[in-house]
Amino acid sequence: MTSIVRNNINTLFIANRGEIALRIIRTAKKLGLKTALGVSDADAGSRAAAEADHVIRLGPAPSAQSYLNIEKVVAAAKEAGADAVHPGYGFLSENINFARAVAEAGMVFVGPDPQALEAMGDKLKARAVAIEAGLPVVPGGEAETAEEAAKIAEETGYPLLIKAVSGGGGRGMKRVDKADELKSQIGYAMSEAEAAFGDGRIYVERFIASGRHVEVQVIGDGTRAIHLGTRDCSIQRRFQKLVEEAPAPNIPDAKHRAIEDAAVKIAEHLHYKGAGTVEFLVDAETFDFFFLEMNARIQVEHPVTEEVTGVDIVEQQLLIADGAPLGYEQRDIEIQGAAIEVRINAEDPDADFRPSPGLVQKAEWPAGAGVRVDSHIRSGDSIPPTYDSLIGKLIVHGATREEAVARAAAALATLNVEGVKTTAPLHARIMDDARFKKGGVDTRFFEGLQDG
Amino acid sequence: MADDLPLTPEDIEEITSILSKSSYDVLDIETARFRLRVKRAGEGFTQEWTPIGGEAKEVASAVEPEVAAEEDGLLVIKPPLPGTFYRAPQPGAPPFVQVGDKVKPDTVVAIIETMKLMNPVHAGVEGEIVEIVPENAEPIEATTVLMKVKPA
Repeated sequence: MTSIVRNNINTLFIANRGEIALRIIRTAKKLGLKTALGVSDADAGSRAAAEADHVIRLGPAPSAQSYLNIEKVVAAAKEAGADAVHPGYGFLSENINFARAVAEAGMVFVGPDPQALEAMGDKLKARAVAIEAGLPVVPGGEAETAEEAAKIAEETGYPLLIKAVSGGGGRGMKRVDKADELKSQIGYAMSEAEAAFGDGRIYVERFIASGRHVEVQVIGDGTRAIHLGTRDCSIQRRFQKLVEEAPAPNIPDAKHRAIEDAAVKIAEHLHYKGAGTVEFLVDAETFDFFFLEMNARIQVEHPVTEEVTGVDIVEQQLLIADGAPLGYEQRDIEIQGAAIEVRINAEDPDADFRPSPGLVQKAEWPAGAGVRVDSHIRSGDSIPPTYDSLIGKLIVHGATREEAVARAAAALATLNVEGVKTTAPLHARIMDDARFKKGGVDTRFFEGLQDG
Repeated sequence: MADDLPLTPEDIEEITSILSKSSYDVLDIETARFRLRVKRAGEGFTQEWTPIGGEAKEVASAVEPEVAAEEDGLLVIKPPLPGTFYRAPQPGAPPFVQVGDKVKPDTVVAIIETMKLMNPVHAGVEGEIVEIVPENAEPIEATTVLMKVKPA
């Protein structure tokens, strides 16, 4: 059993909920750490709460009064006697004030240093850093008002993308096809950005018609960095990822390596500490690639990388946070076969993805060879309308991509969630789609699926 | 600590591997902390977890949207989903509608934030707003009456 080398960390506080809280607890226990979990009133009976050694109430269900409340989260971590805080993804994971508050309270923030968070937390700064590090970027700029956005739009042309400056994971992202749609879309984008991240600033950039979303998992110890290969997350709906796979299929070897090298380059430029993901937009025709952003946190789709590399990414985060040097050389990392993750969301894919919160009467998740399910939802649990709709991730691993696709289809056929609608039937259709089976689809895949 | 290890995905995979070599179809185990049922299904298996001793939780039920119903000769506007009720597109912005405003079925009268998504609420009816029931930013159920409308 691996153990924390320096023993700076004995008790880990998890500042998150849902499947990722459970995922972090699992590795923390493997490392022999005590785990403490902060929960909102809505999550007091959650599976993560049942598995944590110590549970502390943060406050009422709304995130602003619980998971997003820096003061309450830090106080709860102190109360639990934690030496370190793992922020998971979303919520406060890339909040620099939170990272600072954790450090000021004498605890280790499991994530990059504040400088790296600051550089990557803001898309504009990230872009500047990427240019500095020699990475290619997409044309665009930041806007605080609809007028400013219109000005940038003149440079980028249409269609264009509006993104939340503080955002991630596609929240608040809008595509605008015509100049007369710009004003109303900006209003929505700004209010969603404000609601989701407490920061209404937006970013406008050129939309590349046939692009693939390819990202590289990196880990660094502040001195050197390595990559754990690529993931392809091109299958998205309204910029929300639906399906992710590792490695990115059907990219010429030389380009594939160039993308990975670029990711390591920016990580080393930042003296990056911990796990991070460098996102690229890859032209589906030419395989030219552009830096999009870097996510300075664990990502929802990290398991596909774990499955093909055998590296426990959360373990690496904890070891590095504890002060250990990187335990791997680049040559140690070998990509074995292919892995696919499908996000099972409580949404109705046949009713425009309407959220479907409520009581899960039965949750029978797939199991078996090459099948992994990361989920916090058990039979009898309820899904509150307060948080995001992710109720589980089905991850499959195969010796080949073909085997992985078949395995995902077989697993989806056994998945049975009763009481709420889920995206599982949609994933079954995707696994059966000829374009997906071939591999290397672009981000318009989903529109095509709707039509056909 | 070893006795407190939660079962990992690898453990579940191993359980299914043992089951697949046996003549059993179901493994049902219950400990002080959890109940797990691993069952044959199609070519593979399923895993079902059930909480033990978990406290009963409030359940926000997702009912079908109910656009309008009669009440004292007034029409009512109900939300399409449970969530958080917002009267304006963003903090500080003017509200979508005020008492006294005339609305048509496709008029956006509010926003409901459900699962971090902003869902516009359409009036669904034609008439004049006579009452706005919840406070701004209040959590609401799918059955909550948001507004009362005097038919046109």
